[in-house]
Amino acid sequence: MSRIDVRKTYKLFIGGAFPRSESGYSYVVHDSKGAFVANAALASRKDARDAVVAARKAFGGWSSRTAYNRAQIVYRIAEVMEDRRPQFVDAVRQSEGLSAARAEKVLDEAIDRLVWYAGWADKITQVVGGANPVAGPFFNLSTPEPTGVVAVLAPQDSSLLGLVSVVAPAIVTGNTVVVVSSYARPLPAVTFSEVLATSDLPGGVVNILTGSAATVAPWLASHMDVNAIDLTGVAGDTELATSLEVAAADNLKRVRRAPAAEPDWSADPGTDAMTAFLETKTVWHPIGV
Amino acid sequence: MSSPFEYAPAPESRAIVDIKPSYGLFVNGEFVDGHGTSFKTISPSTEEVLSEVAEADDADVDLAVKAARRAHTRVWGRMPGRERAKYLYRIARIIQERGRELAVLESIDNGKPIKEARDVDVPTAAAHFFYYAGWADKLEYSGYGTTPLGVAGQVIPWNFPLLMLAWKIAPALACGNTVVLKPAETTPLTALLFAEICQQADLPPGVVNIVTGAGDTGRALVAHPDVDKVAFTGSTDVGRAIAKAVAGSSKKVTLELGGKAANIVFDDAPIDQAVEGIVTGIFFNQGHVCCAGSRLLVQESVADEVLERLKRRVSTLRVGDPLDKNTDIGAINSAEQLARITELSDLGEAEGAGRWSPACELPERGFWFPPTIFTNVTQAHRIAREEIFGPVLSVLTFRTPSEAVEKANNTPYGLSAGVWTDKGSLILHMANQLRAGVVWANTFNKFDPTSPFGGYKESGYGREGGRHGLEAYLKGASA
Repeated sequence: MSRIDVRKTYKLFIGGAFPRSESGYSYVVHDSKGAFVANAALASRKDARDAVVAARKAFGGWSSRTAYNRAQIVYRIAEVMEDRRPQFVDAVRQSEGLSAARAEKVLDEAIDRLVWYAGWADKITQVVGGANPVAGPFFNLSTPEPTGVVAVLAPQDSSLLGLVSVVAPAIVTGNTVVVVSSYARPLPAVTFSEVLATSDLPGGVVNILTGSAATVAPWLASHMDVNAIDLTGVAGDTELATSLEVAAADNLKRVRRAPAAEPDWSADPGTDAMTAFLETKTVWHPIGV
Repeated sequence: MSSPFEYAPAPESRAIVDIKPSYGLFVNGEFVDGHGTSFKTISPSTEEVLSEVAEADDADVDLAVKAARRAHTRVWGRMPGRERAKYLYRIARIIQERGRELAVLESIDNGKPIKEARDVDVPTAAAHFFYYAGWADKLEYSGYGTTPLGVAGQVIPWNFPLLMLAWKIAPALACGNTVVLKPAETTPLTALLFAEICQQADLPPGVVNIVTGAGDTGRALVAHPDVDKVAFTGSTDVGRAIAKAVAGSSKKVTLELGGKAANIVFDDAPIDQAVEGIVTGIFFNQGHVCCAGSRLLVQESVADEVLERLKRRVSTLRVGDPLDKNTDIGAINSAEQLARITELSDLGEAEGAGRWSPACELPERGFWFPPTIFTNVTQAHRIAREEIFGPVLSVLTFRTPSEAVEKANNTPYGLSAGVWTDKGSLILHMANQLRAGVVWANTFNKFDPTSPFGGYKESGYGREGGRHGLEAYLKGASA
């Protein structure tokens, strides 16, 4: 008699824990050919709010860690991902319908991107900050600081490389995030959350909701304790993107606008994804005795 | 207590300024009649009508944007940076040459003391043009690319009319954009004088366009489909409306909005210097400053002493004729603003805070409000939460640095903050913890063109000044 395999229940990732959706809802995830793969948790408005609470709670500690330490932890995420290559390759193949070779390449890039961003933690300040030569006896420095809690709508197509490319730049600079994963391809995000949970990342720094951006994002966009929103995940949906921008205006959230189409994630990302969620603080002090 | 010092009046002559009975709009290098009605601009210190100013309607705004687009496509956008630079240097020089005239006009139209217009507004405006002139041919070193956005629609407030114009126009032009700027309806005159300066500098027609008017003109400008970039300084409410208006478009936006800054005084601070800083923080420019230190947080152990010395110092401030060189506090900019300050101050009293103002005689005509200090203020009081934008200080106390941080950050705003202490490590700790775009330690309300300025949270987004100020007007290195 053949062995019955043990199937997994896919859950949300909030505050470092793996709860089911408080709503009790789940939805069916298919592979690229339309076959049933699993039921994923369908995040609700309440889940989104819980995730924001967790992200806010984590912000003080995460943003005040040294850049060196944040770099170590983001690098650690890459290490743990490398360690779980086969699982990620399977997940990406299944979600995106890629060949094994292509899926390997996507995973390589996702891991390398994490390593790249890890290195930015203690360099972004030097690149975008600076000393200002004011016309007077003052010491005056401009330093970038994280914006706060960032809601991230992850790309719909690129389920892993795209996800890493929007999460890593936000957290490496000290923000905490609430991520809504790809609706149709949520499972690589769930696997990624299991990596995060074992990567020394403090609970709440990254919170991942599986479910529909169209349902959850309006609550995040209008949430008064969310400081910024990345609309990448609604690329091409001008109507939804516009309504989210309007909602975000209520507390003047920083908005990273939705692109017309999903970007090429294999291209050099530049620093924009980091600077979109940074503030510049300028500190003055008189010089004299 | 009346002032122990009596000064003879020392009025600045207004003979240097020639205010025309009426002004048109400045479009495509010329003053033109608008299609709309006109409105009057008055001197807030005397209520005297200074001039009639055209109110730009949608068609006027459209003409101005078209002129700006043409100038961008044909001339300014393709001009080498080193040539653009020379125009900006010319403008900076003319502002200096006509500095006295600009200062007197600013003082008359805005109500601010001549000494502030003369020593702060005008020289800092000139300095902004000098600073950004030098960037025009060095953009490849900025990190933001070298490609201008196109046409910038800019809306500025009435508190620093010329200086805000410089903050908006200088970086826009340096990056190769052309602009349509709307000055505030109560203070249009220095912008119109600036239009003459553009003519004197032989700036190509259409590079700078000035459309005067009120909210409707601003809305038309922000909503114009051929505007690539919106820059606004003003209230958070209007900023919110602008953010909504541009949602879904590709317009780049920067917003410089309200504030409710905490000015935090620790018990080891040099008290006399701190008192001067508190006075500068809230009474500079009649408190019409978005980054004004309107919430004084004093460590409990020195609160009585600080307050006593502060009241003594405030009693020596001279309120009155803005053109008098001895005047410290001028007129409130408009009847509307005076009504808001009065309403919120009365509310402060009604909610139980202790109100104090020095004995001071206010002129009979014009809009005046005495310097006012509220004690026994709690964080729940509306005077501690809402931006008053007038010479009104709320005093709260704290015991520990962490309590100071918590109270300081307990606001939806995040524009500026002040810290007063002798202890360097405490300054750096506070500077790290405060969620504000500018932190002044042992000083307050200092500005310089090389320094980025702008807010966290609901104080808006983007930075003006410094290298960072270029980002708002360039397409970005990766675009």
